Amino acid sequence: MSMAVGPFSLSNLAGEDVSFAADGPSLVCFVKEDCPTCREVMPVLAAFHAAFAPNMEFHVIGQTDSGNAQLDKTFAPPFSLLDDSTLKVSFAADIDTVPTLFVNGADGTPVHTLIGFVRSEWQALAQQLSAQLDSATPALDWDELPEWRPGCGSLSVDPLIADRLRAESENSPLRARRIEIGGADDEVEFMFDQGFSDGLPLVPPTPERVLRMLSGTQRDPQEVLAVMPPNMGEVTVEKVAINAVMAGCKPEYMPVINTVVQAICTDEYNIHGVMATTMGASPVIVVNGPIRERIGMNMKLGALGQGNRANATIGRAVRLLIRNVGGAEPGGTERSTLGNPMKFTMCFAEWEERNPWQPLHVERGYNPEDSVVTVFTMSSGPTLIVDQDSRSAAELAGTMGLCLESAFNPKAHYATDCLLVVVPEHIDTLLRDGYSKADLRARIQEVTARPIRDLVANDISGTGFKREMAASMTAEQLDKKLPKFKSEEDIHIVVAGSEAGKFSGAFHGWATGEIGSISVSRRIEEL
Amino acid sequence: MTTILDPTNERVPVARTITPRPAAITGNVAFLDISKPRGNVLIDRLQELLSERLPEVTFNRYAKPTFTKPAPDELRQQINAENDFVIEALAD
Repeated sequence: MSMAVGPFSLSNLAGEDVSFAADGPSLVCFVKEDCPTCREVMPVLAAFHAAFAPNMEFHVIGQTDSGNAQLDKTFAPPFSLLDDSTLKVSFAADIDTVPTLFVNGADGTPVHTLIGFVRSEWQALAQQLSAQLDSATPALDWDELPEWRPGCGSLSVDPLIADRLRAESENSPLRARRIEIGGADDEVEFMFDQGFSDGLPLVPPTPERVLRMLSGTQRDPQEVLAVMPPNMGEVTVEKVAINAVMAGCKPEYMPVINTVVQAICTDEYNIHGVMATTMGASPVIVVNGPIRERIGMNMKLGALGQGNRANATIGRAVRLLIRNVGGAEPGGTERSTLGNPMKFTMCFAEWEERNPWQPLHVERGYNPEDSVVTVFTMSSGPTLIVDQDSRSAAELAGTMGLCLESAFNPKAHYATDCLLVVVPEHIDTLLRDGYSKADLRARIQEVTARPIRDLVANDISGTGFKREMAASMTAEQLDKKLPKFKSEEDIHIVVAGSEAGKFSGAFHGWATGEIGSISVSRRIEEL
Repeated sequence: MTTILDPTNERVPVARTITPRPAAITGNVAFLDISKPRGNVLIDRLQELLSERLPEVTFNRYAKPTFTKPAPDELRQQINAENDFVIEALAD
């Protein structure tokens, strides 16, 4: 958009429609009553009108209704001010300042644009127009006028108004269907009724708010980030922004949400199965890299809990997208038997600086300075690993293993994966004996390794290895030991939490591997 | 009056048209096992019962690779090409 005044139709002070076609010689000036410079130029415009109006179209446009009346009363100009209190003409002309004066030539093309009041410029314009139009010279004592006066901000760029104007303009980047909520209706209740909500109130996604949200991303609003099951809805950046507004996000969270959407809509992650399973699975989002600090994520005290806006609303925005764009709704294709509070939101950052080992994203192949999201599928947790007594790394890692053995059920070996969140005090115990991540994983596998004969269904618990299968196995086969996890790679480890407290946490996974969901990491590209 | 933007995929819910129901079952019938445990047991029994009642009909068996993911396009196309009816079995 470049500064120029195009065709318009506005009302004058008498309420009559005045149309401007921008197809011939014209002078159009924008003013605002509470701007001292605009008041200063009113007599100048009056003199210009007397000299040039017979030979060119001449309009003065005011930005408020009451201001126009005031200007008319104070200056009694020979022209009738036009009312642009909707600011649409000012916005379309792309002016930042009042007064701004446009002169178009005989063929309607822009010839001059004067911003604010610079006496020499206005005087030169007067002389030029007089010569071109063979008009009288404006009757002005130029020496009485100030040499220079800056203009004032145009109301059309007022931050409180500009977003609305941008949303309503013809080249608005917004394409989503607009829904009108009646004046007597409560917006929040309306959104509950429409089924947009996860059960908690939503922020109404007005066009202004969505535009502000879009300012947080460099991506085109219509870019399709992913196609989301079960309804194969196209997730555009605009739809992300709409749901992010509803979730309560800030614009700077957008790059994280965009990347999570791409990560969960992969065949490996399999968001369709994660939502549809009766088991009650849900995504856990872990954020690594510099963006954690930039958007104020919590990785310390209460990192997995409530109270931090970024943690809470990023996870919620993702869940709302799954519901509203993907179409996964409880009772529809979302079939969780019990449900899970983590289905509202589960997103946190890793406290990399308190992690003596490689942080999650580096371990998964990224550079330390990359900002990365990792999505893991949990079916329960965070379950606490309470160990305030172990003084050696082996003892503590042993406790962690025994706690993790309860994932699904204690006899379910090779069945799932886990995300272990180690707290700082436990890190200190592990470090005392020089434990690496590999040592921790190996110890978990060591203490959970059970002979198959202990994992067979029995009178205490009917789940486990099938009795009939065990019956056909040799003693040697039954003695074979199986650790809890099929592979050490199924034990994901991050660090978070406050400095005080020996309570680590673990998210238990869902069906792992090709059949279910594989954790996916993705670099946030748009930073 | 407040205006908000639609957060959904904007697929207006429309009543789906159901394929006209034929008077008789003839030709080929697909059994699709979604690969949940014991889905095959359910289908075995159904096939047994239906074969008695519909001796002229040919039954074809198919299975999804995993119940957790949508059926692959090729499988859907194959079932569509080779059959006149499909019976999908959930189980557990």
